[in-house]
Amino acid sequence: MELRIPILKIQDYLIVPIQIDMDDATASRLQQDILTKIEMTEASGVLIDISVMEMVDSYLGRILGDTARMANLMGAEVVLIGMQPAIAITLVELGLRLEGIYTALNIDQGIQLLDNLITQKEENGGS
Amino acid sequence: MTLIEEIKIQEEKDIVLCRRACREVARQLQFNLVDQTRITTATSELARNIFEYAGEGIVRIEKISKNMKQGLQITFMDEGPGIKDLNEAMGEGWSSHRGMGMGLPGARKLMDEFSITSTLGEGTRITVTKWRR
Repeated sequence: MELRIPILKIQDYLIVPIQIDMDDATASRLQQDILTKIEMTEASGVLIDISVMEMVDSYLGRILGDTARMANLMGAEVVLIGMQPAIAITLVELGLRLEGIYTALNIDQGIQLLDNLITQKEENGGS
Repeated sequence: MTLIEEIKIQEEKDIVLCRRACREVARQLQFNLVDQTRITTATSELARNIFEYAGEGIVRIEKISKNMKQGLQITFMDEGPGIKDLNEAMGEGWSSHRGMGMGLPGARKLMDEFSITSTLGEGTRITVTKWRR
């Protein structure tokens, strides 16, 4: 049976709650699903909730980072929210810094960060 | 040394089964949450290594003790092509097609002990240990 992570839309943002321990195929499928959904819905921002993920190895870390960069190319901003302390520790020890990726402590701060990023972009674009 | 579980790696989903099993054992042995995560992550890297380079292999989870210390030892065995240059494979810059080359050096950093033997054409055996603090 193939697992699929749900992608919800609230106003201009997509919310992606990752609630399971994903195998590689599910993670790669999720990447495509997020990008397709951005195109379909013209969402300006994506919040990926990783607060219940029990581990992020180099493969999953790379998928998350790549997804954010790909969404950026399309014109959408991505914020990872709720990274557990144990995951932050292992990612840094592993040498995976997820450079250039926006993160926030929780969904409220994530939404605020997206609002700010998008306002900034509009101001820069308008000048 | 007590054998707790032996897991076959044959398909990609086995990587997930394997890391879940290791996490469960680490939890039972009362490793703290950060060490449970380190063990799970290292297991995921090394199990993926087996799947990607050898296609299949076996992961053995064992409980060990030394000088009153308790530890978890995990051995990853395959009969794949083997690694030509171990120094290169253990270096940060080693780039595999998917793992970004962090598999072996990453797993070594996350665990307390790491040993590897590899023979071209015969296979690779990696043993990692984490001691409970």
